[in-house]
This record gives sequence, structure tokens and C-alpha cells, in this order.
Amino acid sequence: MKYLQLFFSFVQIGLFSIGGGYAAMPLIQAQVVEKYSWLNLSEFTDLVTIAEMTPGPIAINSATFVGIRIAGIPGAVIATFGCILPSLFIVSALSFVYYKYKGLPLLDSILKSIRPAVVALIASAGVSILLQVIFGGGAMNISHINITGTVLFLAAFVALRKYKKNPILVMGLCGVMGLFAGII
Amino acid sequence: MQQNITKKEILKKLFLSNLYISAFTFGGGFVIITFMKHKYVHELNWLTEDEMLDLTALAQSSPGAIAVNAAILVGWHVCGFMGMVVSVLGTIIPPMVILSVISLFYAAFASNPYVALVLKGMQSGVAAVILDVVFSLGDNAIKESPGINSMIILCAFIAVFFMKVNVALIILASASIGIIRFYACRKED
Repeated sequence: MKYLQLFFSFVQIGLFSIGGGYAAMPLIQAQVVEKYSWLNLSEFTDLVTIAEMTPGPIAINSATFVGIRIAGIPGAVIATFGCILPSLFIVSALSFVYYKYKGLPLLDSILKSIRPAVVALIASAGVSILLQVIFGGGAMNISHINITGTVLFLAAFVALRKYKKNPILVMGLCGVMGLFAGII
Repeated sequence: MQQNITKKEILKKLFLSNLYISAFTFGGGFVIITFMKHKYVHELNWLTEDEMLDLTALAQSSPGAIAVNAAILVGWHVCGFMGMVVSVLGTIIPPMVILSVISLFYAAFASNPYVALVLKGMQSGVAAVILDVVFSLGDNAIKESPGINSMIILCAFIAVFFMKVNVALIILASASIGIIRFYACRKED
């Protein structure tokens, strides 16, 4: 029973969250906190903090975290599987349609117009994070500028743009530099 | 037989690449997309830049986590059904393992000041990685069709960043522009 509830609850989360992590959060809260009381609100807040501090999509992180709490490792596996199941069907179908009809002039024209919009979506995500880095999430005021973060960003940007360094390496080095700068 | 070996090797490469990317991707769906682009477009040449953008649009406008959706699309493209399975497993195993370990002692982890410093530093790197990709992709899109594409980029950015318009609506709107462009071109012919 427990397993079935976990499974269907995360199928719903997977099915109705469109547009990534921040869209999934209220859905997860509705299922996990309000409907089944698997976590209380302060545990849910901890979950969000952990999800932000660790790699991976928040829906997968939540499925693992809640699944383990409720039913150990099998619970984590069942909840995660439930969470990705809708994607497996829907996205596979879309993938099939995409490769079948990609050559059609009409679809080609549609895709050509969507591509620049996608660039803008990625830009928006990047600018949000950049503002967080420069102003630490506070007011946009010159006195609030976080110098370490801004310098690290500029150095990383030059390393990537001009010297084509590996992005994972650049990100790791930023973490190490951040630690040193903080200790000093 | 020869083909079996190469297929096995491709599957292995796909699995390990996604495992590596997923383990180091802090900060949401778009970050993993930029890493996948680096790996599959520039390093391995398994996808073209245009295909990667199309996959991003599909992953973004489908239900579920963007990273998982992108893994499904890349997997199917590279190696069919098995590719999809392997690609998804590679993507979800790192967060599952990391979360399982952390859920055991999360209080100590969340309040550790050194962990916070490293993460804060990495945030600068994440911003740089994303904006680097934006400049490369934007350059290409504008070269292809300077007038209309610059307009779409500008309008879509204002809509999503300042006006918080739903992403699915923006993709639908730009798809409609594509339909109009298609019939406008045909009329001219």
C-alpha cells in the first residue's frame, strides 16, 4: 500500500511539472506535505535546501529523499521510477515525432523560430544566477556587490569564452577558489 | 559482431558521460543542457548544435525534469531504446546515491560553512558556463537570420525574465511565428 501510494504520488509529480525544478516544487509540497504528511513543512524546507546544494533535478532528489524516509531504499527506487515514468512515455513519443518529421519544411520553419526563443530561455536562467552571484540575492545596489563572486565569474567567463576550457573543470576550480577566498 | 562491439562501446560511453555530467551538475536543468551540449556536440559530435537546441525545446516543454527529458532524447538519438535506458540510468543514479547518503546526516551537511563556501564559488562558475553557451548559441542564431531572430531572442527574454510569462507559452508563440514565416515565404514564391 505504502509502495503504491509512493509510486502514484510521484507519477503525478512527474506528469504535471512542466518547465523544470521551480515548477515542480509546489506540486511536490502538495503531495508530500499536504496530502500524505510524509514530511512536515520544516523537513520539506530542508529537502529544498539539500536539493539546491546537490546535483540533480529536484523531483529526483525529492523522490529519493521521501522514498528512503517512508520505505528505505526500495521506496527510493519506486518513487524515482514513478517520477520519471511519464517522461519516458511522453518524451519518447515526441522524440519519435521529431525525427520522423524533422525534414518537413513546415516543421523546419517552426523549429527555426523556436531555437532563438530557447536561447533567450537559457539566457534568462543564466542572468538570474548571475544577479544572485553579484548581489547575493539582496537589493541591486553598488554597495552590495559581492567582489569575490564577481571576480570569479569574470575569470570563469574568460576561461570558457577565450580559452575554451572544460566547463566542469572551470566550475570545480570556482568552488575551490571560493573556499580559499572565504577562509582568507 | 564488429557492430555489436561498437554498439556496446557507444552505450558504455553514453552511460559514463551522463553519469559524469549528472554528478557535477549543480543548479538545474539548463546547466545540464549546457554540459550535454559541450559533451555531445563539441566533444563527441553525436549531435549538431541545431539538434541540441531542438532537444532543449522538447525537454523544456514536456512534463518532468529537464535533465531526465534531455537524457531520454539524447539516448534515443544516439542508440535507440537501449540508448535511452542507459542514458536515463546514468542521469538519475548520481542524484539518487548522493541524496541517499546526505539524507542520513543532512543537518551536518547543510550547516557546514566550508560546504557553503565551495557551493557559493561554484555558483559563479555556473553563471559563466550558462552565459558562455548563450553567447555561442545567440551568435549562430543571429547569423542565420539577423532581423527576425534578434527580435525573437529579445522579446522572449523580456517575456520570461521580466514578465515571468510561462515558458510553454513562449515556445508556442515562437512556433506560431515559424508557421507564419513558412506561409509568408510560400506566398512570395
